[in-house]
Amino acid sequence: MIQINRTNNGLIDQTKELSFTFNGELLKGYEGDTLSSALLANNKRLVGRSFKYHRPRGIFTAGSEEPNAIMEIGLGAYQDPNTRATVTKLYDGLVANSQNHRGPLWFDFMAITDMLSPLLGAGFYYKTFMWPKAFWEKIYEPAIRNSAGLGKLSKQEDPDTYDKGFRHCDILIIGAGASGLSAALVAGSSGAEVILADEDFLMGGRLNSETDEIDGIAGHEWAKNSVEKLKSMGNVRLMPNTTVFGAYDHGIYGAIEERSHESRANKEKPRQVNWRIYTKRTILCTGATERAIAFGNNDRPGIMLAGAVRTYLNRYAVRTGENISIYTNNDDGWRTARDLNDRGVNVVAIIDSRKTEPVINIEGVRVIINADVVNTKGRRALSSIKLSNGATIKTDTLAVSGGWNPNLHLTCHHRGVPRYSDDICSFVPGESVPDGMSVAGSANGTMVLSKAIEEGHNEGTEAARGLGYRVDYTEYAVTPQVEYNISAHWSVESGSNRAWVDLQNDVTAKDIKLANQEGFKSVEHVKRYTTLGMATDQGKTANVLAIGVMSENLGRTIEDTGTTIFRPPYSPVAIGAFAGRRRAKEFYPTRYSPSHKWADEKNAVFVEVGMWYRAQWFPEPGETFWRDSVDREVKQTRSSVGVCDVTTLGKIDIKGSDVSEFLNLIYANAFAKVPIGKTRYGLMLREDGMVMDDGTTARLSENHFVMTTTTANAVNVYRHMQFCHQCLWPDLDVHMISVTEQYAQYAVAGPNSRRLLQKIVDHEFDISNEAFPFMGASEITVCGGTPARLFRISFSGELAYEIAVQTRYGDSLMRAIMEAGNEFDVVAYGTEALGVMRIEKGHAAGPELNGQTSAYDLGMGGMISGKKDFIGYTLGLREDLQRDDRMQMVGFKPVNEQDLIQAGSHLVNLENEPTTENDQGWISSCIYSPILEHYIGLGFIKSGQNRKGDIVRAVNLLKGSDVKVEIVSPHFVDPEGERLRV
Amino acid sequence: MTRKALEHSLTCINFDMIINHPLLGPRDSEEFVYLGSADLINRPNWESETAIEDFHEYQYIRENVAGDNVELWYHEQGDQSWLVVTRSTLTHEIKSVELASDYAKNNGRSR
Repeated sequence: MIQINRTNNGLIDQTKELSFTFNGELLKGYEGDTLSSALLANNKRLVGRSFKYHRPRGIFTAGSEEPNAIMEIGLGAYQDPNTRATVTKLYDGLVANSQNHRGPLWFDFMAITDMLSPLLGAGFYYKTFMWPKAFWEKIYEPAIRNSAGLGKLSKQEDPDTYDKGFRHCDILIIGAGASGLSAALVAGSSGAEVILADEDFLMGGRLNSETDEIDGIAGHEWAKNSVEKLKSMGNVRLMPNTTVFGAYDHGIYGAIEERSHESRANKEKPRQVNWRIYTKRTILCTGATERAIAFGNNDRPGIMLAGAVRTYLNRYAVRTGENISIYTNNDDGWRTARDLNDRGVNVVAIIDSRKTEPVINIEGVRVIINADVVNTKGRRALSSIKLSNGATIKTDTLAVSGGWNPNLHLTCHHRGVPRYSDDICSFVPGESVPDGMSVAGSANGTMVLSKAIEEGHNEGTEAARGLGYRVDYTEYAVTPQVEYNISAHWSVESGSNRAWVDLQNDVTAKDIKLANQEGFKSVEHVKRYTTLGMATDQGKTANVLAIGVMSENLGRTIEDTGTTIFRPPYSPVAIGAFAGRRRAKEFYPTRYSPSHKWADEKNAVFVEVGMWYRAQWFPEPGETFWRDSVDREVKQTRSSVGVCDVTTLGKIDIKGSDVSEFLNLIYANAFAKVPIGKTRYGLMLREDGMVMDDGTTARLSENHFVMTTTTANAVNVYRHMQFCHQCLWPDLDVHMISVTEQYAQYAVAGPNSRRLLQKIVDHEFDISNEAFPFMGASEITVCGGTPARLFRISFSGELAYEIAVQTRYGDSLMRAIMEAGNEFDVVAYGTEALGVMRIEKGHAAGPELNGQTSAYDLGMGGMISGKKDFIGYTLGLREDLQRDDRMQMVGFKPVNEQDLIQAGSHLVNLENEPTTENDQGWISSCIYSPILEHYIGLGFIKSGQNRKGDIVRAVNLLKGSDVKVEIVSPHFVDPEGERLRV
Repeated sequence: MTRKALEHSLTCINFDMIINHPLLGPRDSEEFVYLGSADLINRPNWESETAIEDFHEYQYIRENVAGDNVELWYHEQGDQSWLVVTRSTLTHEIKSVELASDYAKNNGRSR
């Protein structure tokens, strides 16, 4: 396999051959190539089809601005669409495929759309597919989606890994070209912590593409030496392959480090690293991007930017054609002719649109001054061009230069607006750039190399000095001064031939003209109407050209036409890079209770509750259906004793001399006088009077309280309490800390719970009913001296306790309880049985505390203390919250006891149809009660508390159920609470 | 995915701000939870004759400030202090940071 376009030298290693495939064809390239340089070396000129018209397209640029050469890289799940070949470092085994064509690339069946182009101009969606309306979803949209578009997703989970990283520095220099290196050398010499980031794998920027001499040596040599020098400085960190994609607040920058070439060889390695860089100063040295000129059929393979032709020649040792012509409106285009000529590549003609003297004299090259290219020919690649003077020139490559646009994107990320400069016929950074940022070199519009180096040096000096570093290094590199002259020239009258402005989104000068004629005068509107600059390249080669074309159409100056600004990211960033390692199981932390291992040994089925894993039920051998286990757990608990891990409840330790007063302010019920050794149920409201959470708080000693919250609200309640203390009552002597993870806690419930615990609790502690009555709280020891806390509280409605030990004893305690409980046939129960028992008992929980229910709605209005200020008191008094016809919580049971009630059912009166207008309420929680042997539910219904005995319909249209239910008290089991007190 | 987990993941996508904590120095705003206007510190008197109206204002009415906004941030992934941060909503410039408890005391809150 011969790389027929490869020449000698270049900044690649021609001794290291790499193999890759393009559309299945095995090709060779060299270490140091990009995919695009290797494709060109192999004379692959046609590399893709365009977005809308399926026009043949070739490589257009040599950098991150590439609109055409975007490909699917990789196989299977690794396939990554829309990858720019120009920034894809070649590696051995790389698999690339062109996108958006049906049939082979050279004969795309969809190319017929190009003939339909008169129908497909700006706004064609809006105009063409309006009628009939119903056709849009079923016919038009699928057809359009099928024909237009870019690469395809693998539709498999992304198998790559991504990392996130954080770096800090004094000075961040973005771009390692001439000015960036110059800035880094001086900033580094001052001792400041410097990060130098560049999107390319080879630092040096345009110096690697050009033949300039700096300090008497080749520019790329100088760049290499400078990089070596910077590497030897301990205070400078080089980040090649790293695109700084966004400027955020307070000196935070986002950067993506590309490591695909590495991760393909070793799948353990991250494909990309998303860096967050914290810096005090930033020097933007991002260089400039060349733009084209809009002329007829300017999109054929073989037509490329003049600077890119030099890059392929000088850096990659690739000639982009055999007979090359240049079309330019500025001096820079001439350098392409000179470099090609020096390397023995045939230059056919230089066409300069200006009335100018030849910028460089090159022998044997036809020079055509004051002329334009008006049309081109060649089906799958360029074969000839037609000039405004009527001449036709046979040529296989046309190198176009319409001037250079500063890469000022990051200066706009805080809404800075660029300013138009007549000197370079492009936009330069405006007055307002992000705090701490300065701009140097061609990014700042300084197109002359010698000045760019000086500017980089000066900005580097100033940044270091501004941070208090001493700068002694005053010499900067010298290079011959080469002028850069340009005349604005945007588009060429091309008759009926289309002149492309945005190659990736297939937007032509005609589309812009049409938009302007239809009344779209603002750049922002034209952009959205034509989709200009909205493709994955974000119009890097198109935007400024389009503004030029617009200003010509509207007869306005560029200043008056204005410009769009930019927001992050500078170039596409994979979503995976934002997720980093936070995927699947690692999306958020997993919290296990201390006795998780025990539960696992008992074959517990776990359920995720927030971040916690909780045992849902414990299947025994022979139990095939979850309810077999749950019914057994409930029955055994209610008949003897059961144990449930309640570690996940929020636990807050509160100390201080004013805790009573504080609790009285944050709980709706009275809390001023909780005796030592007692627990009290507490109802917490939001300031708007709605129920926020409930739990218990025990007073262990004069100034020491322990609170529990629900599992779900643990974080919010603690945050709320800190707010109440620090912001509302800062002088109260209250100190609190969350101890959720410091204590393991178990509910021991059932008529035998005391007898079981008496075997665990050390004998000096009397826990008889007399000594330790309902709602008692005490610090005790268990199992021979292990400190513990015991609370006589019950969620199940049975005689019950909760016992807490320090986390490290949790597993042992669980095992000890289960062993001690053997003689009582103790059962471990999970969250399902817990839920069954709380519904049987009529306790409100998450489904009832939905943020829309007041204490009155829950039947707890009587608890509200009327004699004190507390959070939620005043707004809770609002008339509307106390109306009798609000949705009030009650119990429900089926009239026919065989019927199943579905949670989520809506309630309507018997005579009514189930419609929104007739809605009376809903069932919020529903279970099968193994004690009552039928379904029961909790729910809300209008005026519920006065409707006991009424029969209504519970309708669930989603599940197709419609049953008659009776409104009953929510307390199904032991309504008088006798079991709690025995 | 729970709502909280989603919120958390979204805050982690954000490139945040730096809040200069009066006790702990500069911290990434990712460590904080945002609440809203520091007006929430001025909780009305429950015994006032206009208590319902006052609390209604307090609970529901907010200035939508274009410029310096005095607001509450909670250092949840840190020392759990509430901070009063003066931040420009136009530029995100943070002009001052103080402990909410100090701010509250200076504004007459006590016990």
